[in-house]
Amino acid sequence: MQIINNMAAFWNSFDSEISGCDCLGDSHLRQAPGDSIASVPYISVTMAAKKENSDDEVDEKVKKYLRGEAANLEGVKDKKLKGQLAVREDLYGKSAKTAAKIEKWLLPSEGGYLEAEGIEKTWRIKQESIAREVDILSSRNQYDIVLPELGPYTLDFTSNGRYMAAAGRKGHLAIVDMKTLNLIKEIQVRETVRDVAYLHNELFFAAAQKKYPYIYNREGTELHCLKEHGPVLRLQFLKNHFLLASINKFGQLRYQDVTMGEMIGNFRTGLGRTDVMQVNPFNGVVALGHSSGTVTMWKPTSSVPLVKMLCHPGPVSSLAFHPNGHLMATSGRENKIKIWDLRKFEVIQTLPCHAKTLNFSQKGLLAAGTGSFIQILADFSGSQNYSSYMTHSMAKGYQVGKVLFRPYEDILGIGHSMGWSSILIPGSGEPNFDSWVANPFETSKQRREKEVHSLLDKLPPETIMLDPTKVGTVRVPQKKEKPTKKDVEAEMEAAIETAKDTEFKKKTKGRNKPSKRAKKRREMIDKAKRPFLEQQTQEHETSRKKQKTNPETEMPKSLQRFVRQKAT
Amino acid sequence: MKVKVISRSTGEFTRERSQDLQRVFRNFDPTLRSQEKAVEYVRALNAAKLDKIFARPFIGAMDGHRDSIKCMAKNPNYLKAIFSGSDDGDIRLWDMASRRTVCQFPGHQGAVQGLTVSTDGSILVSCGSDCTVRLWNVSDANVADSDYLSDNSAKPQAVYVWKNAFRAVDHQWDGDLFATAGAQVDVWNHNRSQPVNTFDWGSDTTISIRFNPGEPNILATSANDRSITLYDLRMSSPARKVIMRTKTNSIAWNPMEPMNFTAANEDCNCYSYDARKLEEAKCVHKDHVSAVMDIDFSPTGREFVTGSYDRTVRIFQYNGGHSREIYHTKRMQRVFCVKYSCDASYVISGSDDTNLRLWKAKASEQLGVVLPRERKKHEYLEAVKNRYKHLPEVKRIVRHRHLPKPVYKAANLRRTMIEAERRKEQRRKAHSAPGSIMTEPVRKRRIIKEVE
Repeated sequence: MQIINNMAAFWNSFDSEISGCDCLGDSHLRQAPGDSIASVPYISVTMAAKKENSDDEVDEKVKKYLRGEAANLEGVKDKKLKGQLAVREDLYGKSAKTAAKIEKWLLPSEGGYLEAEGIEKTWRIKQESIAREVDILSSRNQYDIVLPELGPYTLDFTSNGRYMAAAGRKGHLAIVDMKTLNLIKEIQVRETVRDVAYLHNELFFAAAQKKYPYIYNREGTELHCLKEHGPVLRLQFLKNHFLLASINKFGQLRYQDVTMGEMIGNFRTGLGRTDVMQVNPFNGVVALGHSSGTVTMWKPTSSVPLVKMLCHPGPVSSLAFHPNGHLMATSGRENKIKIWDLRKFEVIQTLPCHAKTLNFSQKGLLAAGTGSFIQILADFSGSQNYSSYMTHSMAKGYQVGKVLFRPYEDILGIGHSMGWSSILIPGSGEPNFDSWVANPFETSKQRREKEVHSLLDKLPPETIMLDPTKVGTVRVPQKKEKPTKKDVEAEMEAAIETAKDTEFKKKTKGRNKPSKRAKKRREMIDKAKRPFLEQQTQEHETSRKKQKTNPETEMPKSLQRFVRQKAT
Repeated sequence: MKVKVISRSTGEFTRERSQDLQRVFRNFDPTLRSQEKAVEYVRALNAAKLDKIFARPFIGAMDGHRDSIKCMAKNPNYLKAIFSGSDDGDIRLWDMASRRTVCQFPGHQGAVQGLTVSTDGSILVSCGSDCTVRLWNVSDANVADSDYLSDNSAKPQAVYVWKNAFRAVDHQWDGDLFATAGAQVDVWNHNRSQPVNTFDWGSDTTISIRFNPGEPNILATSANDRSITLYDLRMSSPARKVIMRTKTNSIAWNPMEPMNFTAANEDCNCYSYDARKLEEAKCVHKDHVSAVMDIDFSPTGREFVTGSYDRTVRIFQYNGGHSREIYHTKRMQRVFCVKYSCDASYVISGSDDTNLRLWKAKASEQLGVVLPRERKKHEYLEAVKNRYKHLPEVKRIVRHRHLPKPVYKAANLRRTMIEAERRKEQRRKAHSAPGSIMTEPVRKRRIIKEVE
């Protein structure tokens, strides 16, 4: 007994010093007798706290892989169905947990980062100092290609980041393999080229030339001249749907299916000439920024925009979408960048920054370019609060035309008036690629297989909607407003017209008398009218019944006894 | 400052020699993939269409009998073979792979009404309307030795003559006894020429008999007085009986859940019962348009196949109300017996037109050796099709089956009649005092009473 009491005292004296001390997590100490219970939880709490931290991480990741909320099975009355759904939900939970664990332990590469030490700030760090710290292969990716005579350059990367198409305003088209920095092909089309866009792989790209857009091969052979589009200002390619979207000088938005060449949609935006166009990669919706400060969002199956939002007091100068589809950055001439939450269509943040061009990277970094100055904004800790991360100023006289992050690399491509450049932005690219989605090390066999598979999975244009998770869900029956009398009459007229249009079989052997035909026609029309008339009589009856009960309730209380009772 | 930039060395991400496999890297992050649900939907649609393109269930017909085929038996030890007995007393052993007769067993003077094989595969028991039970020796050695000559015939091991014509026979699963159904239920031993035991409950002929796979002493029979009776061999009297509105033509026990059995009834439905609780059916399987003649369960216990008088063979799920698949041919007339093969891949139907037909259980299944990648692909397509099979476009393709015109019209007629009856019942209920008319569930409606 004496020993135990001493041990308790020993433990209690350590109370204040135990916190966070790992050495006290030894098992033999934790097996101290029951008297010292007061101090043992202290240790186990700290151990538990550490485990909880890693659990939280895994939980967050699990949330990401669950892709939304679990279904509520309370309202399901069918027991068999409820059981089956419960089993399914369990399976989803398990697969999300496995995916989270894989992400934590099994992915081969880790992302880039840039951390400033001491009083140094990340936005003061220059590209030269980064080049000194980083390996040779990476420092090769920092360069300036100067081509002063051929006009401002615009770029596009393939989805795996391996190939780049550059187009100079004065007609210079070039395809470069970015891994080996090889020039694959360059052609001079001797016409103004306003924009270039890759199609589904590096074999085809479209160039928006002076009068019409053209589609070229990797060899530089002109494959198609898309006459219907007219003088296009911007081109965008929707990967999942194989649709080429274009906006032209007259403000007409066109969607063309590049597999069959069919023109899916041709809409007059009605808001004038604009050259600000971006595709939201999450849901395939095309957003246009107009000179009135509105941003409109379009889908190929409706001639009216899905959303029209007033973003800026002046013209919208550029637009960019975050890859998760929930954030949109817009900039206007009043030198402000607004970050919008697309689920609520509200401004999350306004940044005082010039931006003639905007682009989001795969990891959520925002590049804003204006004049010869580029600013990279990042949201540390994922809180969607953007602040300055890095800056880069180019030589005076270089006017930045387009900034574009290279997929799966920490590189930003800049197209400017004197050519194009590339700078390193640590932490901007996704370090782990998925070979079935986009493979920077693709062989030609893999490219062919991927082309066939993506053609098989080509989505019809009807699947473009603001919320892509709605596919496969049950459409909640909306409370139908009562159709007005006019609508009902119009419906009846339509039904009668269709009934009148029915063709009757020509009978033979004396059965085709005109009187019989007329009688049959009248019968058809009556049949078509019947449901509407029935509805009308029903409504009359219910209104009559309602009228009958009304006087009772309308009478004041003292006169209730004088109301004639209905014979029961 | 601390800097790190993504830099991938080509060596780590590409293969070293051309004999190596290409390296595949996975990242399951949902942000890398957009519009996943729409892609899955498109894949489900394509999978449904491909399924229909590859659906060729008919493999072949086995021709040889000269009269309609009344009964079949499977040898549990030898997958490739099937026995069939016809109305002119001809019993044949068929090799399903080559679809030829291996051996004939002549002897019966009248129609062969029942065939069964003992569980060790050594004895074939046949019974007929000539009041005889014949036992044949069909052990593996015998069968393997024989050539594919049509005159190859065997001599019976034993012939037992009894009082009345027999209607059905079934062998106990793990013992030496077999039971015949006729005017009464007789239990025989291989070596005794007279029945060991006789059960008689009710005055009408017993038309089908089936031993329970899990409990070797329990057997179920159905009789012409519209009843299904359960017997226990250990007791000297029958156990329980349920009387329905129409006659049951055949019974099959679920091999994976031996307390459940399904009865193929004359009123075009199949009723699944739990043998412990016979007061209501567990499930009613409705899809046939004429009497269901025979039923057999798949060895997985998850599906069963039925053959009906309306010239079609249907495959149902064990707990589903409607059929998953229907098989029909212009040449196939009334189907009198069906069997599900012991490897759960094939269905054999014997019909009135003297042919046995071999069908695939899963119509679009690829036969032969399936590579692991192919199998994974098939499984994925099946899973994604099942996930979206409730959406209208996919459902339309998955449910579509071509029916022969008489079956289609008969089904429509039945539907109209049932709908009319239901509507009248509803209106009667609506216009009478609440609670005075109680609708019985279908599971109970067809049962008249249960007798101990």
